[in-house]
Amino acid sequence: MADQQNTGGVTMPSKPPPWNDPVVRSIVFQIVALILLAWFFWTIFQNTLTNMETRGISTGFAFLNREAGFGILMSLIEYDESHTYGRTFVVGLLNTILVSVLGIIIATILGFVMGVARLSDNWIVARLASIYVETLRNIPLLLQLFFWYTAVLQALPGPRSSLKLSENIYLNNRGLNIPKPIFQDGFEFVWIALLVAIAGIFVLLRWATKRLDETGHTFPVFWTSVGLFIGLPLLVFLIMGLPLNFEVARATRFSLSGGANLIPEFIALLIGLSTYTAAFIAEIVRAGILAVSHGQTEAARSLGLRHGQTLQLIVIPQAMRVIIPPLTSQYLNLTKNSSLAAAIAYPDLVSVFAGTTLNQAGQALEIIGMVMAVYLSLSLGISFLMNLYNKKMALVER
Amino acid sequence: MTDSNWQPAPSLPPPAATVGWIGWVRANLISSFSNSVLTVVLGVAIIYYGWQILDWALFSADFAGVDQKDCESSGACWVFIRSRLDFFIYGFYPNAEIWRINVMFGLLAVLIIPHFFEGFKHKKLFGWLLITAFPVVSGILLLGGILGLEPVETDKWGGLALTLVLAFVGIVAALPLGILLALGRRSDMPIIRGICVCFIELWRGVPLISVLFMASVMLPLFLPEGVNFNKLLRALIGITMFQSAYMAEVVRGGLQAIPKGQYEAAAALGLGYWKSMRLIILPQALKLVIPGIVNTFIGLFKDTTLVLIIGLFEVLQTMNTSITDPAWSNVAVEGYVFAGAVFWVFCYAMSKYSQALERKLHTGHKR
Repeated sequence: MADQQNTGGVTMPSKPPPWNDPVVRSIVFQIVALILLAWFFWTIFQNTLTNMETRGISTGFAFLNREAGFGILMSLIEYDESHTYGRTFVVGLLNTILVSVLGIIIATILGFVMGVARLSDNWIVARLASIYVETLRNIPLLLQLFFWYTAVLQALPGPRSSLKLSENIYLNNRGLNIPKPIFQDGFEFVWIALLVAIAGIFVLLRWATKRLDETGHTFPVFWTSVGLFIGLPLLVFLIMGLPLNFEVARATRFSLSGGANLIPEFIALLIGLSTYTAAFIAEIVRAGILAVSHGQTEAARSLGLRHGQTLQLIVIPQAMRVIIPPLTSQYLNLTKNSSLAAAIAYPDLVSVFAGTTLNQAGQALEIIGMVMAVYLSLSLGISFLMNLYNKKMALVER
Repeated sequence: MTDSNWQPAPSLPPPAATVGWIGWVRANLISSFSNSVLTVVLGVAIIYYGWQILDWALFSADFAGVDQKDCESSGACWVFIRSRLDFFIYGFYPNAEIWRINVMFGLLAVLIIPHFFEGFKHKKLFGWLLITAFPVVSGILLLGGILGLEPVETDKWGGLALTLVLAFVGIVAALPLGILLALGRRSDMPIIRGICVCFIELWRGVPLISVLFMASVMLPLFLPEGVNFNKLLRALIGITMFQSAYMAEVVRGGLQAIPKGQYEAAAALGLGYWKSMRLIILPQALKLVIPGIVNTFIGLFKDTTLVLIIGLFEVLQTMNTSITDPAWSNVAVEGYVFAGAVFWVFCYAMSKYSQALERKLHTGHKR
């Protein structure tokens, strides 16, 4: 063979022909893939340009400054018809964030309760929890949203004969009416106190962990944190002279006036999202607790730790390592699922911006692009943080 | 002395309170004071509400009749479901052609049901028929236009038939695409890996609803003049892209769990990349992730409901339309309970089947 070289009796392996050389092949293959991809995007780009020209669609983000001219059912910031399309984007985004954050809080609490209940000693409790999980997991979320919205909330009596849930809380087919808090001068100090308390809890946590590592003495972190979280703002609230009033609803002849009204679309979406996601969280929590072997508990007990200490120092930290990664992806799912709001007309990002605004302004490319970018950056951001957390928490082995 | 004849007294039975149903009750219902209180409270609540639900659904419900007038009692109005059942299953498919959908259902049942029986010999053959011949035959049956079959526009498709078409095509297309993407993501070639990572993360990062919006609003802009897909095909493309990204991540989990020695052993035997994947790696990897794959299928099946937002009449939308029909009033609960039960049966069966399969395939080195 031509390229076989004899150097001092050692036979070098023959170099394969280029079409059989893995290195050459992989380079060629990648170049071909790159060319195909570029060609694909170029074609799409050209097609889009021609199509938009023939249909007379302009491009660019100038439409964001035009007047929207439609109302939105619910808005956290000031908004009316005279505001811009750009403002509708912000309104939708804030509504998405509101329902996602509240949904995550409720789903986490309910999910942990259900997950622990599935492992209960009491047969009835365990059965009920597993019926809950199996039912909600296997029915589409969209169907559940329609059920809550159409079959439950729309079927409620009208405002004239509202259901009175408790003093000053009314439920009717226009939504849930609760007392509206009116913050007076000086209430901002309560918010500041709350922030200070949260910062204080972090400092306390670090200090307590350090002390535990160094001296072995435990510190009742949980109860002091709760005390700090509730006590400090309460104290400031009392010092400032109770700067908070409530405006309650009064029954007029035809409906209720005053108070804060939570629209039924919001309630249906919140109930649907949180109960559905809670079923998945319950399974994650159960798997996490089962993943800590019983030997760990027994070892902790034989070291003389009390039941509470065993849970706090041995079981929960190990279970959390298993629970947190899938829990985060459930949070992401909940946020993405909140886009189903479009089906029951809760004014979230997709419903307002990719729905009404798109229909009026007609800038499909820009609007869908913006909406996707929002969700994408949210997902990528959270997965990035998750990976950092995972690296920190992962078991360090040999 | 009768020492050698000594025999131990027969063992006593365990205390009656620890075995049998008494023991079960003591251990599971009244093991402590708080447990007993919980049992009593929950028991009373279950009996009370359970009776009310049974009463609503069965004892005071209306089953016979044709329209709203036959729903006079206080219970559920199942007459509504009965009268709307055809619409719920077939959508707007022409009445004379409904046999074609029934044939499709029949074929599907014939090809799937044998998989649940342990001793059936031709499982492999039936599986291949299911993913090769069945889609072709059903496509011809449903679309028509050849072999003397009346053509039926896809606008007329609807109901359970449409949901099954969406789910089936999504499943059959998303699995191979997902496997390819997962292999690409673990490839040594940086450009291929980059393309696959971007594709997967892009689709996983956005909600399906925005993908469907994109498929219905933007896809027509991307295509050259004159080429136009109908709404169903656009939805199918959107769903397949979306689910294949999720499938890819599931399969990647399986690929990562295979020890490196398996790759090395395959290479040492002289197998090329595709052969070693097909014969050594994928059979093991896919087996490991069967629960994940089935969960993705269940997710896909539930997600098919979302196509109602771009105007397709799948199961849930036929139910929505029936509920808002002025000929009927106050039937929303019945309608959604029935639709929910249908979905529940499909999804629960799938998850039970995957659990059974997992137990059966659990043949060692699972770490």
